[in-house]
Formats: sequence, C-alpha cells, structure tokens
Amino acid sequence: MNSIANTIPLPKRLLGFFAVLLAATAAFAVVGVILGMVGTFLMNGGTGVTWTFLSEFPRNNNTEGGIWPALAGTTFLVLLMTILGVPIGTATAIYLTEFARQDSWFARSVRFAVNTLAGVPSIVFGLFGVGFFIQFMGTGIDGFLGTSSFGDGSLLWSSATLAVLTLPVVIVSVEESLKAVPRDLREASLALGATRLQTIVKVVLPNSVTGILTGSILAVGRGAGEVAAILFVGVTYSSSSIPSAVTEKFMHLGYHLFVLSTQSPDVDKTLPLQFATTLVLLGLTFLLNLTAILIRSRLRKR
Amino acid sequence: MAKETSPTKIEAHGFNFHYGTKQALFDITLSIPDRKVTAFIGPSGCGKSTFLRSINRMNDLIDGTRVDGHMTVDGTDVYDKEVDVVTLRRRIGMVFQKSIPFPKSIYENITYGLTLNERVSKAELDVVVEKSLRKSALWEEVKDRLHNSALSLSGGQQQRLCIARAVAINPEILLMDEPCSALDPISTGKVEELIAELKDSYTIVLVTHNMQQAGRVSDLTGFFLMGSLIEFDRTRTIFTSPSKKETEDYITGRFG
Repeated sequence: MNSIANTIPLPKRLLGFFAVLLAATAAFAVVGVILGMVGTFLMNGGTGVTWTFLSEFPRNNNTEGGIWPALAGTTFLVLLMTILGVPIGTATAIYLTEFARQDSWFARSVRFAVNTLAGVPSIVFGLFGVGFFIQFMGTGIDGFLGTSSFGDGSLLWSSATLAVLTLPVVIVSVEESLKAVPRDLREASLALGATRLQTIVKVVLPNSVTGILTGSILAVGRGAGEVAAILFVGVTYSSSSIPSAVTEKFMHLGYHLFVLSTQSPDVDKTLPLQFATTLVLLGLTFLLNLTAILIRSRLRKR
Repeated sequence: MAKETSPTKIEAHGFNFHYGTKQALFDITLSIPDRKVTAFIGPSGCGKSTFLRSINRMNDLIDGTRVDGHMTVDGTDVYDKEVDVVTLRRRIGMVFQKSIPFPKSIYENITYGLTLNERVSKAELDVVVEKSLRKSALWEEVKDRLHNSALSLSGGQQQRLCIARAVAINPEILLMDEPCSALDPISTGKVEELIAELKDSYTIVLVTHNMQQAGRVSDLTGFFLMGSLIEFDRTRTIFTSPSKKETEDYITGRFG
C-alpha cells in the first residue's frame, strides 16, 4: 500500500467522497431534467409537428389546425423588438464603458437602474406597457396625427415593451464585450490622432461584434418566450390573418399555448396541439441559442 | 543641465502630475532637443512612463488625473485650453510597450491614422505604406503579404509595424514607451538600429528599463527616481561621470 494515501484519516476520505457524489448527482439532475422535458415533448408532440401544422391557421375555436399566425406573430415581435431595443442597449453600454466617468453620480444611477430593471417581474413590464406606451404615447400620437390606430394594444407596443424588458440583457452583454477590448488598442488608436468616437467606431465596435450579436440573440431568446409582459399590450388569442401593419394585434406561440391549455372549450382535445406547440417553442429557443454559440465561436476563431 | 546646441523641441517647467491624491511627478524641469534621442531610465514606478505619456496627454484617459506646471512642445503649452488634443497627438507618434497592432491587415494598420480625417487616394496610400514600412525596416519582409492580418506577424515584426504605423502620420516627435521590453535580442537590435536611423527626422523620446539600451542609442539621458528627475545630461556623462550619488548607485547596479 502507498504510505502517502494512508495518512489521510478514513472519515475525511469519506467526507470527500460524499462531497463529490453530491456534486455529481446535482449535475446529473440538471441534465436529467432537461432530457426528461425534451423527451416528454418529443414523444408526445413529435408526430404533431408537421408542415401543415406549421403552415395552417387554427380552426374550430383553436381545437384543430396549425399555428402559422402564432409563429409569424412571434417572429415579427422579436424582430421589431430587436430593432427597437438593441441600438438603445448598445448605445447605453457604449456610454457606460467609453464615456462616463466610472464613479460619477449619473453612471452609477444608470447601472443601478439596469440592475433593478433586470429583477422586475415581467407582468409589471406589461402594465408599464399599457400605461406608458398605449395610454401615454399611443393616445398622444393619435391625438397628434388624428388617427385612432396607436391608442390600442399592437405589435408595435408589445415589441417596445419587450425591448424595455430585454434591455438589461443587451446592456450587460455588450458592456462585457466592450470591456474585453484591450485598453492598449484604444490608446494606440488615440495616439494616432483618432477622436474618441473614431476609436469606438473603427476599433472598439469591430472588436466587440461578438458581444453585441450574443446580446441580441440572448435578448431574442428571452423575448420569444415571454408571455406575461405582452398579455395586455397587443397579443390576441385568435386571428384570421397575419399582421400587415405594426399597429395590428398578433398571435404569439407562448400565449397560444396558454389559450390552448386553459381557454379552450375542449382542453383534452387540444392536448396534442399543446405538445406540438411547446415543442416548436422549445425548438425555436434552442435554435436561437445554438445560433448565438455558433456566431460566437466563428468570430472568436477569426 | 544639458549642453546641446540643437534647438529645444519639448520643454517641461515645474511640471507636477497627480493620480487622484497620489503625486507621481514632482517639479520636473527639462529641455528635450530637436532630432536627438532622449532616454529616460529609472526603476519601475519612478514616473518615467508617466512623464512620457504626459507629453501627448495620454494620461487624460485616466479618471482623476491632474497636472500643474508647464509642458510645452515648440513653445506651446500642451495643457493649454486652446490646444486640441487630437491635433496634438497627430504631431506626436507613440510606440507602446506591448506591440499591439489593430486586428486588421498590415496595409490597413499603416493607413489607419491617415484616413481618419481625410480621403486619400489609393495611389498616395500605397506610397505612404511603402515609405513607412521601409523606414521601419519591415518592407522586405512583408511586401508580398500587405493584405494579410497584422496578427500573423512575429512579435518583433509587430513592434516594427507599430513604429511604421506611428511614422505614417508623419509626426515630428516619436514617443517610445519601453518598445523592446517584450522583444528578443535580435528584434531588439533591429529596433535600436531603427531608432538610430529615425533620429535624423524625428525627435525621439525613449523610456527604457534597459540601461545598456539607453547607453547605446541615446544622446541624452534622464534619470528618474520616485517621481523626481535626479539628473539629466549627455548620455556619456551620465554613464561615465554622473554628478549625483543616486544616479551612480543606479548605474552601477547598487539598487533598482
């Protein structure tokens, strides 16, 4: 026997063994939950996800047919959300890392606001959307233009609400990637007579594209699955057409699932539809995360 | 102090520098002559790099720094409110300790400074790129792969690229902050040869940890210790008959 191993007393060795066992079990549990979840939905909904399911409108009070308007609505929603939110988030991150004095009162307030925003329950964002976007901005725009299309829930106001909700995700990940650009690179640019803005545009941003893209995709992933925040600001349970303007109401995968499972006249009959819809939603989230990972590794290699 | 006949290019007078509440430079007064190599030596943290970075106001980027006294280039105080720091930096090239090319092509690295504020024709850029690379003794090694990434170059080549990048904007002064500290002896030798050639066209200020290097390439040497300029004189004088005891102790390796 090895004399070194024997110097550790048995209770201590047992303790170490159990600690490792506990950690490993916890790790397996995480994988187990995910596999179990995906497995359940694959088995029950796998056959339900067909081309007709993806491309048809729901029929007969959401008890038959497909999810095409919900799929299209969700896509429009996250696209518009990205267009509205990512530029603002990126600009905020640039301000915080490149321009603000780190110990200034204003920069600290912005950081505090971002952190607080990240912890606000999503239903509160929904109520904020009603109060600020629909009643204040929408009614205001209608009054100004003499229209009547902005003062109600719509794709636009839902996207705006989700943009606010995902702002912290964008800001934090862009900030991280800006901070990762070496200080020397900035100094080299400034020493060549570049202004701060030129340095940011020509050196800092090209070096943090990865972070901006990752931030956007994470935000999209978060926004795509969010239901509570859009409950009052434009989502609808049934629609006979794909939205053709941002002021129209829209269907949404997550909300559709909620409708199928709680608001349907015959919940048992919609069970296969529920499984299939869940699978599509999971697949969409998985696809988005995969894209984020692929972009990141592709750019890191370059 | 320095008994040089060439006209003064950079002059510090009673120059103090503070990082927050910590004073890093104390009452520095010296004259750096035009088209000579001036070296600053001293132990780590003695303020020599801070002084160098004060000339083109690179320290402005650090929050909470403060200067008083005078720092003039061609008689103009660089800390004067009227001075535009971007214009100032276009007249003063800088080479850093770590050779850090932009993650762009060799060609784009050199044209970076030139194309910032004006449109320059491709033909003109080609001329500047070749001239700058020849000046930094890199042309023969990279002329066939100008559009490859600058990061594909070796460490020594990258540092010479950084020198080429700095001379491409045609500055009057070249500040070098320990340019050889990360290089092998052969690359160091090449950079030192380069310094000797460049001094005909530029006023070169060099910070170095390597006393032999200061001895080899500089005309004047200043010795910094704990934020003060202890002695500033012809390099030969500093290394053979320094007038201050601290300088002698440092030169002979008794500390630092």
